[in-house]
Amino acid sequence: MQFESFSAFLDMGGYGFYVWLSFGVSTALLLILIVNSVLGHKKVIRNIAVRQQREEKLRQVRNQKKIVSDNVKQPSDTTTSNEASQ
Amino acid sequence: MNKPMPATNLSYRSVFALIFKRDLTIALRHKDDIINPLLFFVIVVTLFPLGIGPEAQTLSRIAPGIIWVAALLATLLSLDRLFKSDHSDGSLEQMLLSPQPIFILVLAKIVAHWFITGLPLILIAPLLAVLLHLNEQSYGALILTLLLGTPVLSLLGAIGVALTVGIKKGGVLLSLLVLPLYIPVLIFATSAIDTAALGLPYSGQLAIIAALFFGSLTLAPFAVAAALKVSTN
Amino acid sequence: MWKWLHPYANPEVSYHFAGKLLPWLTVLSVLFLSIGIVWALAFAPADYQQGHSFRIFYIHVPAASLSMGIYLGMAIAAFTSMVWQFKLADASAAAMAPVGAIFTAIALITGAAWGKPMWGTWWIWDARLTSELILLFLYLGIIALHSAFEDKNLAGKAAGILTLVGVINLPIIKYSVEWWNTLHQGSTVSKLGKPSMTMDMLWPFLFCFIGFILLVTLIICIRFRSEILARNSIRPWVRTLVLTQTALKENS
Repeated sequence: MQFESFSAFLDMGGYGFYVWLSFGVSTALLLILIVNSVLGHKKVIRNIAVRQQREEKLRQVRNQKKIVSDNVKQPSDTTTSNEASQ
Repeated sequence: MNKPMPATNLSYRSVFALIFKRDLTIALRHKDDIINPLLFFVIVVTLFPLGIGPEAQTLSRIAPGIIWVAALLATLLSLDRLFKSDHSDGSLEQMLLSPQPIFILVLAKIVAHWFITGLPLILIAPLLAVLLHLNEQSYGALILTLLLGTPVLSLLGAIGVALTVGIKKGGVLLSLLVLPLYIPVLIFATSAIDTAALGLPYSGQLAIIAALFFGSLTLAPFAVAAALKVSTN
Repeated sequence: MWKWLHPYANPEVSYHFAGKLLPWLTVLSVLFLSIGIVWALAFAPADYQQGHSFRIFYIHVPAASLSMGIYLGMAIAAFTSMVWQFKLADASAAAMAPVGAIFTAIALITGAAWGKPMWGTWWIWDARLTSELILLFLYLGIIALHSAFEDKNLAGKAAGILTLVGVINLPIIKYSVEWWNTLHQGSTVSKLGKPSMTMDMLWPFLFCFIGFILLVTLIICIRFRSEILARNSIRPWVRTLVLTQTALKENS
């Protein structure tokens, strides 16, 4: 141990401000980077999940329309399915 | 141009001449494209004495830096035109699809760009140097560094434009990409002019700028070609 | 000879491999960094000339060398991707750029905080500081180019070209800045003699350095995994992976 007391440790022989500034800023920047990376990973997964759900819903709607149109035996079957896909 | 030419029979030199002439013609029809960067150059240089003060000694001390920084910014302003209009009307893709090597096409466009923007800058720079009380011994160095340095600016800038041509808001991005690459030219050019003001030989700095010129002349068109392929994808 | 490498060209294999590395890297980097930082702050001896301000050295130097190391790694990745059309290399380069930028910023800020008590000023146009600043600009340009493209694959290719142009330019910039510095600046800055490292200074430094390397690898692995997922979002394996992940989250 290089320091006699905790206040001497904080003071760093008069250089306290500079030492703690650089250690503090570095920690803060690294924490921001880590949090950003982890959140970014979650965000990517969430985006993909949302897109999948949307596609799933679209597919269900399309299937229902197809069933309905099959039941009604509409002659313009292709146009309705086109609309659904748009 | 209207005659359908068998494109494969063109020699490299005629391809180069064709593109070069075409770009010059287009530029001469839009004269403001040539004049605006030049005006910008003049205005930026005039702003410095107004901001710093009219003392001849201070001005002559910072004149090389001001002229060169203004030249960098003026080149940057004019770079956008290098590929943008060709990209928006589709002729750039046509060029990339042609059987001629892209290296030649790109080089011709860059040389044309230098003729349109670099050359006028060099012609007007001595006038501005007078306004800034540049040391009389430095005029030769100023012209020589501009002569060797502005082609490097066009060549390196072309890489940046080729990368950003497909992006909608490429203008600000371009300066971020290109300006760091301009630093060596700026350093050696201003140092050559400063050395000349002291009456010392500045051939060393000139040699380095020449090396930068030939290095970028051989490498930059390849990078531009690769970047254009990405951008027009 | 290189056959053992081939499975890692598959995004799925690389994704899971990087995932397996994560816990190890986390534990090891926390271990090394906590030992190193505590040692550096409290137990390492003060420098006989610079006193306790020397403790900044233990983060400044690792950050500075990593900022350049990461750029080199990015350039190698860009080269691999361009020559062998190896898409995963683009993903890794994209993962490296922000990490490199942060480390360059750390190197600059700690350098300024070290310079203020030692040189009496926050910033001098010293060759090393200036080239580090330009390195930061290059990183920011690459990040900006990445985010400017909608298509991640195109962004990777464009940023790869810029990275390679930058790596050719970096030595030129460094050399020119050094030259400019010696020419323009007199010897106003009293260069402190290079601190000779004693063993009790070297050990905490090594712990910090290895800890930072592990931390960088960890962050790059996390970002690399996100990049892979974003680039392969329509692949079946990503779909099932996302489905199971979201199902797990809903259950818990």
